Amino acid sequence: MKYGLVSTAALVAVLSTTAVSAETLRLLTWGGYAPDDVIALFEAETGHTVEVTTSNNEEMIAKLRATNGGGFDLAQPSQDRITSAQEEFGIYKPIDMSRVDAAQFIPSMLTATATNSTFDGGVYGLPHIWGTSGLVVNTAEAGQVADYTDLCDASVAGKVSYRLKRPTLIGFAYAMGLDPFAAYSDQEAYQEILGQVEEALISCKPNVKTYWDGGDEIKNLLRSGEVVASMAWDTGGWQLNADNADITFVAPASGALGWIDTFVLPSRGRADDAAYDWINFVMRPDIAAMITNTAGNFTAAVGGDAGVRADLKARYQASFDQAAIDNIKWYPPVPAGLETIEGATLDRINAAN
Amino acid sequence: MAPTADLVCRDLTKDFDDFRAVDHVSFEVPQGSFFSILGPSGCGKTTLLRMIAGFQFPSSGDLLIKGNSMIGVGPNKRPVSMVFQHLALFPMMNIGRNVGFGLRQRGVSSSEIKARVGRVLERVGLPGIEDRQVDQLSGGQKQRVAIARCMVLEPDVLLLDEPLGALDLKLREHMKIELKTLQAEFNTTFVYITHDQSEALVMSDNIAVMNKGKFDQIGTAKELYYEPANAFVAGFVGDANRFEGKVTAVNGQIVSLVTGGGVELHAQATAGVPAIGQRAQIFVRPEAIALSKDPSQGSESPNASKRIVDSVLFNGANSMVILRDPKSGETIQVTLPQTGDLLGLTKGETVLAGWHPTQARCFASGGAVDGI
Amino acid sequence: MVSDRSKLGFYLLLSPLLLWLVTLIILPHIGLFFVSISEKIGVREYETGLGNYAVFFNEPLYWRTFARTAFMSISTTVLTLVLGFPIAYYIAKLTRGRTKTTLFLMCLIPFWVSELVRTFGWMILLRETGVLSNVLQYTGLISGPVEFLYNDAAIMVGLVYTSILFMIVPLVTTLDSLDDSLIEAGYDLGGSGISILREIVIPHAMPGIVSGCIVVFMLSLGNYLTPILLGGKDSLWFTGLIYTQFITRFNWELGSAFGFLLLGLSSAVVFLGLKLSRQSLSNTMGR
Repeated sequence: MKYGLVSTAALVAVLSTTAVSAETLRLLTWGGYAPDDVIALFEAETGHTVEVTTSNNEEMIAKLRATNGGGFDLAQPSQDRITSAQEEFGIYKPIDMSRVDAAQFIPSMLTATATNSTFDGGVYGLPHIWGTSGLVVNTAEAGQVADYTDLCDASVAGKVSYRLKRPTLIGFAYAMGLDPFAAYSDQEAYQEILGQVEEALISCKPNVKTYWDGGDEIKNLLRSGEVVASMAWDTGGWQLNADNADITFVAPASGALGWIDTFVLPSRGRADDAAYDWINFVMRPDIAAMITNTAGNFTAAVGGDAGVRADLKARYQASFDQAAIDNIKWYPPVPAGLETIEGATLDRINAAN
Repeated sequence: MAPTADLVCRDLTKDFDDFRAVDHVSFEVPQGSFFSILGPSGCGKTTLLRMIAGFQFPSSGDLLIKGNSMIGVGPNKRPVSMVFQHLALFPMMNIGRNVGFGLRQRGVSSSEIKARVGRVLERVGLPGIEDRQVDQLSGGQKQRVAIARCMVLEPDVLLLDEPLGALDLKLREHMKIELKTLQAEFNTTFVYITHDQSEALVMSDNIAVMNKGKFDQIGTAKELYYEPANAFVAGFVGDANRFEGKVTAVNGQIVSLVTGGGVELHAQATAGVPAIGQRAQIFVRPEAIALSKDPSQGSESPNASKRIVDSVLFNGANSMVILRDPKSGETIQVTLPQTGDLLGLTKGETVLAGWHPTQARCFASGGAVDGI
Repeated sequence: MVSDRSKLGFYLLLSPLLLWLVTLIILPHIGLFFVSISEKIGVREYETGLGNYAVFFNEPLYWRTFARTAFMSISTTVLTLVLGFPIAYYIAKLTRGRTKTTLFLMCLIPFWVSELVRTFGWMILLRETGVLSNVLQYTGLISGPVEFLYNDAAIMVGLVYTSILFMIVPLVTTLDSLDDSLIEAGYDLGGSGISILREIVIPHAMPGIVSGCIVVFMLSLGNYLTPILLGGKDSLWFTGLIYTQFITRFNWELGSAFGFLLLGLSSAVVFLGLKLSRQSLSNTMGR
């Protein structure tokens, strides 16, 4: 009997140590951010297994909110969506910087993300992948489109598409000479800006073929020629450029909108060890380059662009000269409650005839 | 000018893909008579009725109602009405709307519809039931409503498709009489199809016996019963004992026949006398057979023989006894009079059974007459 | 003793249904109801009240969207009935045996693929560079490409296509039970095709018509994919509003209130429909 008890205890101990060393990482991320070959390398090296769920900013937060921060061990929302979600729903936990190999991160991006994702003295986000949204234009048919407001020009009537989401509101505000990010902290001023944008977007509505929803949808519309100019992500434009040299990403005159997708730890995540292992693994320059080659966007890893395909680099450079890079408007953290005002504006635009 | 019959069929034929349902049928139904078409299921009588109603069109032949050809005329344009097998009362309407349906289709004013519906319901003995629902009526009441629904249109011919089939026995007996009364009351031509010979016999002025698409015989109930034209009619109309055997002698119309069991029987052949050596059938009605416990009586009958009581089927006035021939083992069914010394007849007793040859009918065995 | 045991059996058989009802239907609804009556007044601060419901009635956008959704769903229901009735009549009354089964299966075939695939199929047909536009150009009926997608008609086409089976099935069942002799009797008594349809066939099929209409109406009202994908920029649909509130606005409180309003208002529409057609729910669903 005594032997039995001792051996059972020993067995439990052995099992729990193996459980600590090999975990299942439930990763909530964007499509393309966790390619199969990277997962295979990671699993071979660490013994962890990875389960990937792809999503977008809103759904990530909605999913984590529904479970009070459970169900996933690592998530990748954009850096501007961390503090407000944390303030409202408390779905993340702070990053333990001692477990992160900070030297792998480009220092300026690490600092910027840390500043933007600090809440109640804790840092909640680490930068991973960055990119921009701007215009994807068929230059043969709509070469004159250089800024968001050009989408409302009569020359491209019925052949335009954009999303009915907050980036559109902000992009149009900048193109109209306004500064929405500066008004983030002042709800009245922001409401005023939104009012002008709402008017512009409602009068622009007849020009729009459809409001696109998913990346494949807009690529399809551009490829078929049904849409010649749209607001979209840079990678989408570059992918289309590979098939049709006329279509490419154009940084708008008023500035592309820059986003950084991050690593955050859901508050009730169970496999923190695996999560930190994954962060340190994918930030290695060679792995980061593999991810850039599938996702199309560049990473915050030091030296991560060295191993990137030449054609991808060439497209990036064609879209962004130094002035355009300097002109990128980086999303500041969204204050809690702002999205409710934006939502009402978007609803009214959607309902307008 | 001779009065034309209400319904005339001339060489009416209906072919389906792989068989002929109605085969050159001709008949006439005079005004105001009750005409029945009697036949087993599958004989083509329903097809014939549906052709008269207009639901099916004949392949050839002509069909006249009151002297007008009905070829190419739709069912809703014919001066005939039909009482369906399951009556087909509209469950979604009350009785008043059911009976008024046909008048509404003719565009009769609603006040007149109301009056005429009331009148016809009175005539069928159901006054004032206009507001009731179909499922609130008994089987017999539904029957009368179905007839009223047709009669309110004053059709030249009323077709009835075995309407009593769904009723229980007692009600069926009652409705037979009632139908006949209603027919007399309305003085409308009724064409009635049934497979039940007793319905046809009781109600009809004339009966056509139909078999395999053809009319075997048309006649009054009495004619069919006592003078059947062929073996099928003899077997189908009324009960009969049937014997089959080889003809051994012919004396005028009286035919002698030896059955497979070796019994010699005698019967009258009215429709063509078979030749000696030919196979033939003899039909004897159960009530034509005389029974006697006294062997000395009735022994002069050529068909008399001693038989053993196999079983007694007591059914009041309709009681029967089944007798077995001791030699051949063949059995016959005999009506058992509930009188005299036959009253106490029990199983195993020996009785003398016999009949006069003129009360039995003999038909030559054809290929097609062994339907019974 | 026996009755005790049979009672036990009854409850044992009932328990999966009860479990399903309670855990998957009733509990989530109670939860949603409590969410819907909590008004947000600040960060992580909530107060009980009906403010979220008031938003629906005070903001014309929301109830107009509901009215539009209900109107389009009713139109879809009517159109589905008009299209489905002849098909159902044909299947139930004019075909026999194998043909009947084959036709019935042909109605089912579209349901072997997911709704998303079916909707994409319509997009391929209707888009500007799609099949229909090309065929019309080829035949010379139109001179340039025409966009058939992204309008209310496209939404209707998609909704009718998605829901027609749910109209045909109950209609075939009720029409099957209509005795052919009733129709023949109607003709025999001098009825025309139209009067027989009006007085005999439709009254008989009424329970099937109503139950088909309820199902189609509810399916259309609750549909999300078809209106969003086929309607494009004009695809205002009430379920889309609910989705937006829950997912992109993080406003679960308003989303839950909208959910309950959808439940209540759609039940009201169905109730009204039942009253107008003088049918009862047990009569139409219980058959």
